[in-house]
Amino acid sequence: MSAEEKIVFSYPTGLTTKNTHYCPGCLHGVAHRLVAETIDELGIREKTVGMAPVGCSVLAYEYFGCDMVQASHGRAPAVATGVKRARPDLYVFSYQGDGDLASIGLAEIIHAANRGEKITVIFYNNAIYGMTGGQMAPTTLVGMKTTTTPTGRDPGERGAGNPIRMAELLATLFTPVYITRQSLLTPQDILKAKRAIKRAFQLQNTGFTFVELVGTCPTGWGMTPSESNDWAGEKMVPVFPIGVFRDTEKGI
Amino acid sequence: MEKLLMKGSEAIAEAAVRAGCKLFFGYPITPQNEIPEYMSKRLFQVGGAFVQAESEVAASNMIYGSAAVGERVMTSSSSPGMALKQEAISYCAGAELPVVIVNIMRGGPGLGGIQPSQSDYWQATKPGHGDFHSLVLAPASIQEAVDLVMDAFDLADQYRNPVLILADGLIGQMMEPVTFRQPTERVFDKSWAVTGCVDRKPNIVNSLFLQPQDLEDHNHKLFRKYAQMEREEVRVEEYLMDDAELAIAAYGTTARIARTAVDAARTEGIKVGLIRPITLFPFPKAAFERYVGQVKVLLDVEMSMGQMIEDVRLAVHDRIPVRFYGRVGGMVPSPGEILDQIRTLAQEVSQ
Repeated sequence: MSAEEKIVFSYPTGLTTKNTHYCPGCLHGVAHRLVAETIDELGIREKTVGMAPVGCSVLAYEYFGCDMVQASHGRAPAVATGVKRARPDLYVFSYQGDGDLASIGLAEIIHAANRGEKITVIFYNNAIYGMTGGQMAPTTLVGMKTTTTPTGRDPGERGAGNPIRMAELLATLFTPVYITRQSLLTPQDILKAKRAIKRAFQLQNTGFTFVELVGTCPTGWGMTPSESNDWAGEKMVPVFPIGVFRDTEKGI
Repeated sequence: MEKLLMKGSEAIAEAAVRAGCKLFFGYPITPQNEIPEYMSKRLFQVGGAFVQAESEVAASNMIYGSAAVGERVMTSSSSPGMALKQEAISYCAGAELPVVIVNIMRGGPGLGGIQPSQSDYWQATKPGHGDFHSLVLAPASIQEAVDLVMDAFDLADQYRNPVLILADGLIGQMMEPVTFRQPTERVFDKSWAVTGCVDRKPNIVNSLFLQPQDLEDHNHKLFRKYAQMEREEVRVEEYLMDDAELAIAAYGTTARIARTAVDAARTEGIKVGLIRPITLFPFPKAAFERYVGQVKVLLDVEMSMGQMIEDVRLAVHDRIPVRFYGRVGGMVPSPGEILDQIRTLAQEVSQ
């Protein structure tokens, strides 16, 4: 490298160089990168243990460049509890999707939050079960067609319920120290999401921290990547508003 | 060594702490509540941690997490709760994590009852989803429970596999004098644990193998461990078997009651002995097989409708007739009941 050359962008060491299996346009890769950059910037890669979920991001253990544990469906916050209670000196995060976290793992996330486990939960919400072929998620919007709501999610006659808003739900608890929802739909959103993830990791050893990320699923939604981003902005964000629901240090 | 009078569940918990157990995750269910209660006081005295989990499902996934960082960890439950723990037990077996799980059995199916039972033999020895085994230890006294719990942690670390203590409500609830031996000084390699990747590549704790050939290789690897357990870890007690023409097969509390019946039958001149499996997996097949040609009838006695009897039959390949006597629902067989069974068989054999 000559004296004039300066590296302005590189691969974070918090990620491995393995190619991901994510579909074109999926925002999991962006979310992974933001977590990895945070790990790099805080210099904690060698004292971080991540939990991979079940679902599209099941193989996250191959993508993050730190020690990883693959958890059973929905149980990542319980597994993270076991890790952190055994080794409070480690940074511990779980990375989960909406089926994993808001459906089968609802008990585990609520109780981990309520106990104030000193972990960071990254929650990728794209309103669908991607890995299993596009079934209804607890966060699926009303009227949204999935392979198990072929006529659209119907909370009325078909009794399919309404979308669950996890950030708001967790913010009813007294214990958590940081709860936010961000999105990954525009470059500006991504920068904000990055700041939120970094703040969550920085606050991790003061209590439970939670970052929900509104993402997309072009394949499951049957849209192009750019249509997906537009649709998520128009349809998802009004139901899942962006904001900070808890930041005890700032009196929120 | 100091002798202490302790309740079974508390003695089991204390033995775990002395074996180096630093973490316990539990959920209340009768008749094992004294274990989490004891741990909630005791572990904080030794710099460990206790969490009352939101469910048995969560508790067993928490032990998966603590085992992944290489710490000694335990959970306990009773029959219906054990059903919920099966998920993570299978994951622990798949990801090769050392964990110790205690099941203080009660009656079933469903919510069943809260009195002693041995109705989880199948659940313990033929557990969960996927091809795997837990190593299963079945104590017949509180002293033995204490000793086996201490062994369980070493066995779990040695094989990187779940070890189950299968006891009935009687072992959990009664009080007996116990002594605690010193834990072994064995050191186990835990370089696989997720402790932070300092000066090494990241470690991954995982049970997912998407390539069929990889999973088949992994299944074979696990079964090589189970084969080694079958060669090296079988434990069984034989009592008055040298000249036995009749033999009782029983484990746990039932074996203890059967022993009293055997002693009584011996005073009547009946040549009866007792084979008591201590490891239920690996099952002591050879201890049964060697009596083919000597023992004329085996009597399997359980507090169930007959579960271990399947393994007894397999062990003798039906070359010895195997009869069954069981009490269920929390009913405990008396020595007299078993003695009556022995007398009937003795008459049958002499005819």
